[in-house]
Amino acid sequence: MAVLEIRDLHVSVEDKQILAGVNLTIRAGETHAIMGPNGSGKSTLAYSVAGHPKYTITSGTVTLDGEDVLAMSVDERARAGLFLAMQYPVEVPGVTVSNFLRSAATAVRGEAPKLRLWVKEQKQAMTALEMDPAFASRNVNEGFSGGEKKRHEILQLELLKPKIAILDETDSGLDVDALRVVSEGVNRVHATGETGTLLITHYTRILKYIVPDFVHVFVAGRIVEEGGKELADELEANGYAKYLAADAADAADAAGAAPDAAGAAGAALSRPLPV
Amino acid sequence: MASADAALSIADVIATERDALGKQGHTSEGSIAVGVTPSTPKNPADARVTRMLSRDPDAFAVITGREEDWRFTPLARLHGLHDGTAAPTGVLEVTVTGAPVETIGPDHPLVGSALTPVDKAAALALRDFKEGQLVTLDGELAEPVVLSFRGTGQVSYGHVVVDAKPFAKAVVVLEHTGQALHSGNVEVLVGDGADVTLVSLQEWDDSSVHLSAQAAVVGRDARFTSVVVSLGGDLVRLNPTVTYAGPGGSAEFLGLAFADAGQHLEHRLFVDHEARNCRSRVTYKTAVQGEGAHTVWIGDVLIRAAAEGTDTYELNRNLLLTPDARADSVPNLEIETGEIAGAGHASATGRFDDEQLFYLQSRGITADEARRIVVLGFFTEILQQIGVPSLEERLITAIENELGTAAQVPA
Repeated sequence: MAVLEIRDLHVSVEDKQILAGVNLTIRAGETHAIMGPNGSGKSTLAYSVAGHPKYTITSGTVTLDGEDVLAMSVDERARAGLFLAMQYPVEVPGVTVSNFLRSAATAVRGEAPKLRLWVKEQKQAMTALEMDPAFASRNVNEGFSGGEKKRHEILQLELLKPKIAILDETDSGLDVDALRVVSEGVNRVHATGETGTLLITHYTRILKYIVPDFVHVFVAGRIVEEGGKELADELEANGYAKYLAADAADAADAAGAAPDAAGAAGAALSRPLPV
Repeated sequence: MASADAALSIADVIATERDALGKQGHTSEGSIAVGVTPSTPKNPADARVTRMLSRDPDAFAVITGREEDWRFTPLARLHGLHDGTAAPTGVLEVTVTGAPVETIGPDHPLVGSALTPVDKAAALALRDFKEGQLVTLDGELAEPVVLSFRGTGQVSYGHVVVDAKPFAKAVVVLEHTGQALHSGNVEVLVGDGADVTLVSLQEWDDSSVHLSAQAAVVGRDARFTSVVVSLGGDLVRLNPTVTYAGPGGSAEFLGLAFADAGQHLEHRLFVDHEARNCRSRVTYKTAVQGEGAHTVWIGDVLIRAAAEGTDTYELNRNLLLTPDARADSVPNLEIETGEIAGAGHASATGRFDDEQLFYLQSRGITADEARRIVVLGFFTEILQQIGVPSLEERLITAIENELGTAAQVPA
């Protein structure tokens, strides 16, 4: 079974540290939710694992089934089985959805899918996501509504069948119907048991449709608390305020006693959180 | 001179520059220059309606590069083709398939019947060519007529006349390969009710220079399609133009150009509507990649006072594959009558940036393949409009070859 292991990951953007020691293990068949306030570094984690050139890994490791992910190019990571559903997927002028999907499937599977079977496969996947067939002949993300973009991302998830899928704020900007359709797509992939899912979200509403096995609270570039799905309910009720307060206190301690950064991170993880 | 009053601001001008999210510093330094002039030219000398035309090269002043028509063209790289200092040293080799072709000189009565030069360079070529080709089209031709020109390192002046009799229907392909400094004009006479497609394919070697005015006269209820594909050459500068000899004519201009490092590919179109109820469509797409790669698209449309019922639209799209490349786009519309069916233009230049690259790569597609997919997709839309399947395949192959040989872009 596939396993993604993130160990003590530190990441900077333009010399500013964003991730301060992230530890996370995701196995095929598991669903993890990372929740945290804006600016906590959730998306940075997603893009760093996918290999976006903007992010510099300063220390730590990421492995997929023991292979060093950080040594791979972006396309190698995808072919190895990583998938990132993006919050703001870009337009690709002049490239139709169907050409794009077939190119991606060819790259990830290592050979071009047989045309007849592929047409059927794509059609079925689109039907399941309640997408108009005409969508396939539109240019990638050009003039797509927010909901169409997210459906298109999940369509790729279903067709590419990755070992590990990271969904970056897939719920943002969706109305209730689109949220349901998109969530059902994620659940279909989960049901195969072949894919581990990391759901990054700011809000708890998508967790009504997708039930996580693990919830991680992400503040100031690291995971500060972990639990089961009941942790999401608590966040729904109380928000992130107490974690932010703890982080501020922690920062003050760090400034006073000047311990090293790793020590501060360790302290944050081990300190019992106020209830 | 032409004046488009406020009520005639039908021109639908769109100038956009796509910026992807999370733009990287090294891609934000654009040398993009998109000039869009949605109005009549400021300088009366530039207005199409008052432009001087002559067959006599001496009637034109020496080209300095400051003229509106020449401001984008690096004159030094013309090696004298524009000022009479490039003495001819030979002719292009020509191979013809599909129809008989007659060799003609400047004195042939059809020479100058569609084209009256608008600049010194075209007038020089018209005066100085030694061997031109006359293609006479009669009836419907199932197969394209192909004139394959090959340069063998000479300075040459040439001329092609396509004379399509009434109700003729044919595709004529002009292929250009090899190494040459070549200036050659093309005239197309589209008889009443005829349907002619002229394809000009530039697959020159890297050091070649090519100047060409390509003038068509479209007869009553006739159709003319100009397809221009510019891939090779150091400098290519084509001026496709059309006038209408009677009402009901239709002209379609489809063009694509791919410039890689150091190439200058310039296409200046002029659609002159004087007859009533005629139609024109211009669709040009260019992609530029690498340092000094430069495409220029100028789309001039003049709707004269008599040209009631005119329906015209022109569109230019440019794709910047690297930030050190440049695309210029200038649509101009001069309208002298309000009694028209439609007039508009759109121009947009977008970039293929790191975010697009990341997106495609994150789906397993390699960087080289990602660029290829994007450029091919961008051009395919134009090729599909040609409507001649064998030709589409031929052109897609030419573009794939060009993309395969284009200098690889540093990551």
